[in-house]
Amino acid sequence: MSEITQATFLDSNELVLNMGPQHPSTHGVLRVILKLDGERILGADCVIGYLHRGVEKIGENRTYAQFNPYVDRMDYVAAVSNGLGYCLAVEKLLDVEAPPRAQVIRVILTELNRIASHLVWLGTHALDVGALTPVFYTFREREEILNIFEEYCGARLTTHAFRIGGLQYEAYAELATDTLNFCDRFLARIDQYESLLTSNRIWVSRLRGVGILNAEDCKRFGVTGPILRAAGVQWDLRKAMPYSGYQKYDFDIPVGTNADTYDRYLVRMEEMRQSVRILRQAAADIPEGPIMAKVPKVLKPPVGEAYVSIEAPKGELGYYIVSDGSTQPYRLRVRPPSFINLQALDHMVRDTLLADVVAVIGTIDIVLGEVDR
Amino acid sequence: MRFFDKFFFTDLFTGLLTTFRQQNPREIVTEQYPAQQPRIAERYRGAPRLNVDPESGDTLCIGCNLCALACPENLIVVTTERNAETKKKELTTFTYDTSRCMFCGLCEDACPVDALELTQDFELASFTREGAIWDRQMLEEGPKPTRYEY
Repeated sequence: MSEITQATFLDSNELVLNMGPQHPSTHGVLRVILKLDGERILGADCVIGYLHRGVEKIGENRTYAQFNPYVDRMDYVAAVSNGLGYCLAVEKLLDVEAPPRAQVIRVILTELNRIASHLVWLGTHALDVGALTPVFYTFREREEILNIFEEYCGARLTTHAFRIGGLQYEAYAELATDTLNFCDRFLARIDQYESLLTSNRIWVSRLRGVGILNAEDCKRFGVTGPILRAAGVQWDLRKAMPYSGYQKYDFDIPVGTNADTYDRYLVRMEEMRQSVRILRQAAADIPEGPIMAKVPKVLKPPVGEAYVSIEAPKGELGYYIVSDGSTQPYRLRVRPPSFINLQALDHMVRDTLLADVVAVIGTIDIVLGEVDR
Repeated sequence: MRFFDKFFFTDLFTGLLTTFRQQNPREIVTEQYPAQQPRIAERYRGAPRLNVDPESGDTLCIGCNLCALACPENLIVVTTERNAETKKKELTTFTYDTSRCMFCGLCEDACPVDALELTQDFELASFTREGAIWDRQMLEEGPKPTRYEY
């Protein structure tokens, strides 16, 4: 038996605890070094990089078209949004715009992907906090969305759905009806999730008042997406700087008031309802016409730089590309929402309890593929 | 929370009612995969195939090397030989490393004669790493996964 001296045993020095990288609630390979005083958190350090693949460097060694499938592998639960951001950035460099039909199909797929991403978030977040059932229901609906992706472009997760200048694949015959049918079923499904969680006393007491990040701190950390909106800031790039024809659609930006984990839950649930609204408008009116703009076979953008950011499910996703006139980007920089949102973790968990760390990591909605790149 | 809800656990019972309703056998969505083959979309991007002319059995590939140039992972190797009589390029070998493939479909898009195609086959496991590198014969015949009885 190892000896523990009396002084150390009762001494209330801070305890350093490693959470992860294999901890199931860190949503991948995130390692958090926690400093604890009993169960109270004194500080949290994130150690990232376990999933680093050097995506930005890969981008410098591939042609513009060849790099397109790699962006899907950053935020792999919202691959379509990644593809959209990259394609828009290169299109801005080339000074072309996708035809109207392509833009509407892009909106449909991106919004479906937003719902799919939020469903993964909801299921895993509920699992982390202790509700086992919702994950089965959310993955059931996600499966329907992935089936639409599979019918459209032939892949379910890492879709490679968009091409620079438009689309490669024409919409399959039932895309609009499949989407509308999904929308009809899905609103009732959201109510089903809410019946399990929204008023549940365990859920509410685990989430309310936990991980508060007010609007000022959000701006200080550069946090975007549902976390910023839950702090009461009406900032959504789809409204603020519309891209891909989002200005045509009528939807609201849900905002919270308390800036806590429970409000972020409500904001994301409402966002799914708003996505359904956009989907209904988009799927009801898909214009006819070409799906690919006139782009040369070998892409050689003029010398220059472009930054395009879109509202990905997790926040502002930006692509900054510097072109030196050759077939490959000179520099490619990604502004991933998860990476920047994650740095607020230390601030959010300080002075809360150990069990709240799991809830806060869940509510930030990180994907480690995107954090590490 | 109102006293009534708090005392009679209405929040928990609404959740339990939802869970109970899902016990209905019509709500079962689980796929019995190996016993039942799943429905694969027409455009599914799975195992690569090198198409042959169905009548003569000759390959459709013209050895232009465009797929190898389009591939982001450089996993396609095409070798050709010039026929002395007809002065045409003829395909000799075609290697495709499926272990590095991410099924992005760029090779398929690049092919000018629809010779290379990603098919609906998705069972690509093999016992060795070398087994994942497909030669021309394998690409033309397609994978032959073992089927078990259930």
